[in-house]
Amino acid sequence: MSIIITGLLLGGAYALIAVGLTLQYGVARIMNLANGENLVLACFCTFWLFSTLAINPILGILIVAPAAFALNWAIYSYALRPLVKRARTRGALEVDSILATFGLLFVFQGVMILTFGGGYYSYNFLRVPFAIFGENYALNRVVAFGAAVAVAIALYVFLYRTRYGTAIRAVAVSPESAQLVAINVPRTSAFAFALGGGLTAAAGALLSTFYTFDASMGVIFTMKALIIVIMGGVGDVRGAVLAALLIGLTETAVSSLIDPGLTVAANYALFMLVLLVRPQGIFGRSNA
Amino acid sequence: MSLPTTREWQIAVGGLIVLIGVALVPFFGSGYVLSLTVNIAMYTVLCTAWAMFSGPTHYISLATAAFFGIGTYAVGLGLETLPFPVLVLVAGACAAALAAVVGIATLRLSGVYFVIFTLGLAELVKQVVTWWQTNFTTSVGLYVFTDFREQHILWMLLGLAALVFITSWAISRSKLGFAMRIIGNDETVAKHVGIDTARAKVLLFVISGAFIGMVGAILAPRFAYVEPPSAFNTMISFQVVIMALLGGTNRIWGPLVGVIPFTILMDQMTAYFPNHTPIVIGLAFLAIVYVLPHGVTGLMADLGKLRKRFKLVAANAGEGA
Amino acid sequence: MKRRNLLKTITAATLASAVLAGGAYAQETITFGASAPKTGPLAGGAAVTHWPAIQLWVNDVNERGGIDVGGTKMLVEVIEYDDATNNENAIRNIQRLATVDEVDFLIAPYGTGINLATAPIIAQYGYPHLAVTAVTDGVDEFAERWPNTFWTLGTSRDTASNAVDVLAGLRDSGAIGNRVALVNVADAFGIELANAGKPALEEAGFEIVYETSYPPTTQDFAPIISAAAAADPDAFVAFSYPPDTFGLTAQATIANLDVGAFYTGVATAFPGYLGANGAAAQGVLGIGGVNINDPGMVDYIAHHEEVTGATPDYWANPVVYSTLQVMEQAITQVGSLDRQAVIDAIHNGTFDTVMGEWTFDGNIIRDYYTVGQWQDGKFVAVGATSPDLPVSEAVVKEGWE
Repeated sequence: MSIIITGLLLGGAYALIAVGLTLQYGVARIMNLANGENLVLACFCTFWLFSTLAINPILGILIVAPAAFALNWAIYSYALRPLVKRARTRGALEVDSILATFGLLFVFQGVMILTFGGGYYSYNFLRVPFAIFGENYALNRVVAFGAAVAVAIALYVFLYRTRYGTAIRAVAVSPESAQLVAINVPRTSAFAFALGGGLTAAAGALLSTFYTFDASMGVIFTMKALIIVIMGGVGDVRGAVLAALLIGLTETAVSSLIDPGLTVAANYALFMLVLLVRPQGIFGRSNA
Repeated sequence: MSLPTTREWQIAVGGLIVLIGVALVPFFGSGYVLSLTVNIAMYTVLCTAWAMFSGPTHYISLATAAFFGIGTYAVGLGLETLPFPVLVLVAGACAAALAAVVGIATLRLSGVYFVIFTLGLAELVKQVVTWWQTNFTTSVGLYVFTDFREQHILWMLLGLAALVFITSWAISRSKLGFAMRIIGNDETVAKHVGIDTARAKVLLFVISGAFIGMVGAILAPRFAYVEPPSAFNTMISFQVVIMALLGGTNRIWGPLVGVIPFTILMDQMTAYFPNHTPIVIGLAFLAIVYVLPHGVTGLMADLGKLRKRFKLVAANAGEGA
Repeated sequence: MKRRNLLKTITAATLASAVLAGGAYAQETITFGASAPKTGPLAGGAAVTHWPAIQLWVNDVNERGGIDVGGTKMLVEVIEYDDATNNENAIRNIQRLATVDEVDFLIAPYGTGINLATAPIIAQYGYPHLAVTAVTDGVDEFAERWPNTFWTLGTSRDTASNAVDVLAGLRDSGAIGNRVALVNVADAFGIELANAGKPALEEAGFEIVYETSYPPTTQDFAPIISAAAAADPDAFVAFSYPPDTFGLTAQATIANLDVGAFYTGVATAFPGYLGANGAAAQGVLGIGGVNINDPGMVDYIAHHEEVTGATPDYWANPVVYSTLQVMEQAITQVGSLDRQAVIDAIHNGTFDTVMGEWTFDGNIIRDYYTVGQWQDGKFVAVGATSPDLPVSEAVVKEGWE
């Protein structure tokens, strides 16, 4: 029981990261390998807001997420749009965007190491026990999960109940057809990329309340998010959420029952399984 | 496969002279120059082997650290029982086997799966090795005591470098190389003309991985003490990508152009500005995308074309006058 | 990152005497090379234990006018490199220190794995290697293989078995039962201690009800603590490194882990441990310990605070300082910078250090503290390898508040 709850609590934060990435990759067509650094940057900013200005990390999301939104918008417009224009094929764009986001990954990481050093950070926020079914969990994890659910619901309403959200989903399905129905594809792509960045930052802010973080851990999260995105089906928000919870559960189960040293191996085993059985993702249609 | 042309013979002889020249470094250079030369030789083989696969396919492989680490571990584990040269071959075989598994799982699908899979591959192998060592052996560290010094490692690397260059050249002349070029240009066309694209890609990935594994094996005596975090150091993967692409992958010797300056730069950076190295790596990646999309050799080729055109224009103008 | 720690206090007089005494080859400074983490997982530990002790020693020596070498006072200069907690970098740094900077002596690196990784190359260059932060059972074998190495912080066997003795003492007094949860970090340090601790626990009649290892970069300890709690242990033992020591303690506090003894590894003896955990630190057992009632140690701590602005840890920091004192006294005894002669002098000499009088027995210091405990805001020694070292009585851990 405690495994299921701990796993779900962890999966909540993963879901936000993965949804962020699936928007960036599925809609804006940019495989953003700097996504994990975006997350870590948000961790540091939340930490800094909390420790110097005493801003509650949950409220901190309201500062960190819009800032990340703006930053990602700028990154897309100035750094990535030229690549989209230049690319002759989707393959060429993929190679270029992978290399460019590697560049961003290391630049972000370097700036964080210079600013905060290479040490491990954590801070004391709601580090008190909270009982669920008679077992103690850290209150900060529970609160972070609640906030993640709130963000996810808001996003769902936005994507499935509003015009702009529908436009985003249309671009995800087919940019060419979306253009035909008068959707401004470049603008929508930029918006989706920025929104993805904002969501990832929100996840970072939540994660920082209960996770020890350091400047160079971003790649691990990028990798997890990528695996989740592939599992859920590229561009599929519901699939990403489900896959994220599954990964959170698997990791916790493996580290409690088998060995904490095999979490990455567990992720890979799942990934391998998906590649062999359903390469189009859990909800994906074949040939998608 | 046709016979080498005169020009290729010239290049081969030139290359041989350079190799012999470098092999003499231990007799003149100080310990530091020698160790830098070993680094350059190591990255030369790594990048050339990497470009063998990633150059024509345009798939960014980040599996280098995994293959390298496996090679190092093969030596660490087997040193007591097998002679060193055999271990180098075993290392190559182990890395090739891993490459085959990864290749078969991912290369049938789109290139993106491949990148994602290789991104964490070194981490995965590191975890599994650590887990296995902590639970089934008594320590995570392995000692590699040999009589090899830097110069011996350098000579072995140079031998491997010659081998990797010859293999690269032979592949580019073979049916496999031809198939790879078609796949690189357009995979659909390749499929239509009856090329088994997945098989070709996996095969090339395996050859490239085997070479990288052998480099790891040769370098093992240098570390003397092998631990998972140092054997499976993901930075190796990223640096190899940068150096190869900076140099350019459209020539066999292209990566070399990136390796020499970047190795020296990174050596200075890690010594004096260790906290700035990620930024340098990041800027190098951005430079590859925005400034040098085809590497230095690509740029040189472009300039060469420009000059020819300029000469032509000048000649035409001369005629007109 | 290279910093020349030379205090520019060379007076004309000392310069002149250096020239006169040194003859043809006059050298007024001794350069020491230091490679240790300033970034990476062990940077936090090195920042408490390693770097400040070096800084303090350089300050003290140069304030005295330098090291006496054959009647000449020579100032000390340290060239520092960051190894980023990475063996490969550490080896490269040692190479660079030996061949580019051509330093006279080396200060041992930080961490068990890195000390073992660099030992062969340091031996190859012929420097004395006075390892501190390396706890391993291989000391006798290593000392034989590399006669230039000296080991000062003990063996895994002693460290683990003394910890078990303390637990057994608590059990025999009826304070705790005999169910133990044992976890360790999966690197050279943690694995050796766990391998030594397990048989010791079983021999002492304890039952190991939960056992696992975790990778050095683990950042989420909730699964470990909850799995341990599910096994209902009476004592929790973790052979951990600094980031995990903090992580495990924080998680145990949250989960209100109900144990009568809680033992963690490196960093428990850090003053920052008390700072981070406050009242929850009361009764926590940890690796290390010094005789905090010894006036020499009291002075050392006060002096350390005064010069570096930080409190040293109650374990390896004074030992690092002591090895530097050994090096200084050995150089003076030899009267030259001849490395082999210095190694021989360390073998045979007796040295006056802040840890007391030191004589190396087969390159190894055999009497040292192994277990400490936070009692009323102080980290007191409760276990040692020798009855000559005074220890306090361990107390049972009562809750986390």
